[in-house]
Amino acid sequence: MSATTANPSAQGTRRVFLVVTLLVAASALGFIAFGNMGENLVYYWDVGQLREAGDKAIGSTIRLGGVVKEGTVDWRPDESHLEFIITDGSQEVPVECSGAPPQMFREGIGVVVEGTMTPSGTFTSERLMVKHSNEYKAPEDGMSADERKQLYRTVEDL
Amino acid sequence: MRWEHGLLAIGFVLLAIGHGMGLFMAPEEAMMREAGRILYAHVPTAWVALVTLTLSFFAAVGALWTGRYGWDAAVEATAETGVVLTALLLFQGSMWAKPTWGYYWDWDPRLTTSAILLVLFVGVLVVRRVVSDPERRLTVTAIATIVAFVDVPVVYFGVKWWRSLHQEWSSPQTVDSTMVMPLRIAAFAMLFISLAICVIRWRTILATVQAEATAPDLPALPAELSLAEKEV
Repeated sequence: MSATTANPSAQGTRRVFLVVTLLVAASALGFIAFGNMGENLVYYWDVGQLREAGDKAIGSTIRLGGVVKEGTVDWRPDESHLEFIITDGSQEVPVECSGAPPQMFREGIGVVVEGTMTPSGTFTSERLMVKHSNEYKAPEDGMSADERKQLYRTVEDL
Repeated sequence: MRWEHGLLAIGFVLLAIGHGMGLFMAPEEAMMREAGRILYAHVPTAWVALVTLTLSFFAAVGALWTGRYGWDAAVEATAETGVVLTALLLFQGSMWAKPTWGYYWDWDPRLTTSAILLVLFVGVLVVRRVVSDPERRLTVTAIATIVAFVDVPVVYFGVKWWRSLHQEWSSPQTVDSTMVMPLRIAAFAMLFISLAICVIRWRTILATVQAEATAPDLPALPAELSLAEKEV
């Protein structure tokens, strides 16, 4: 037996295995990519889809994604209660969350909330996730990184 | 000293330069602040993890087509490196996710398919250790690798195909010009380090596999000890 190559008499079998495996792998990938899996496995609904579902959305666990509408955030730290409106640009849903929002949370940012619809038309959630875009920008507010570090240090000990 | 040790050294120098620039010269990110600097570690790790696992796929095709142990050893070396990188990727990602999204983990498509990728290639390495006959092991590992590889394009394109919490691809158009250079240097650093580790491991694995394949077969068991074809 040669040390650099496996038994040459089995080479034909190995090549058959190769072709069959490649075909299986390619069809699996094709199915995942073009098999409309996305229609059945949706990570979150937008506001339109939530509205379409109507009463079915009440009581079932749903992820809802959209943008926090400017000027609608009401955060009451003493009650750990957060209210805001999620919009997709045309339609809106009021959202109530318990617990402190992540530090990235702000008006105009994308969010995904996990929770359910209530009969009153408000979405209640206990899990609020901030969706960051693929844009990485330098700060624009004129404060340099050093100045901000200084500010951070002064706030740190509070 | 072999050439891969030189490549490894260049990789570490570039890593220091890239992260030095990323940590001390590039500005913080406008929204994520200091946490945004994980960009320089996380994105190169992701790219290079997918590159090494893609190399694994081509090595598996080569192993089945030629039957050469050189390809067989390359499958293991790249799969091993890819597993370490993918584990690192998931860890870095959750470190970043906590301050940005608010949670360490979420079962969004990108994160779920990445976790599956780690499990699949750990599976390839397990299968490799279970099969002891070098010839059979070459075939079984290569088949397992080609099957596991299916998840690589799914991880990469998933953010385009499906809605996810994870952001889409970053490109020089979406990344501030001051952040592009440290990112690029850190990416080459990770690439060089990982390729060097692949080659170093490849030499060791190949030597082991060839020694195993060259070793003579054990003598046949005496008839009274053989379990095969014994009537009960």
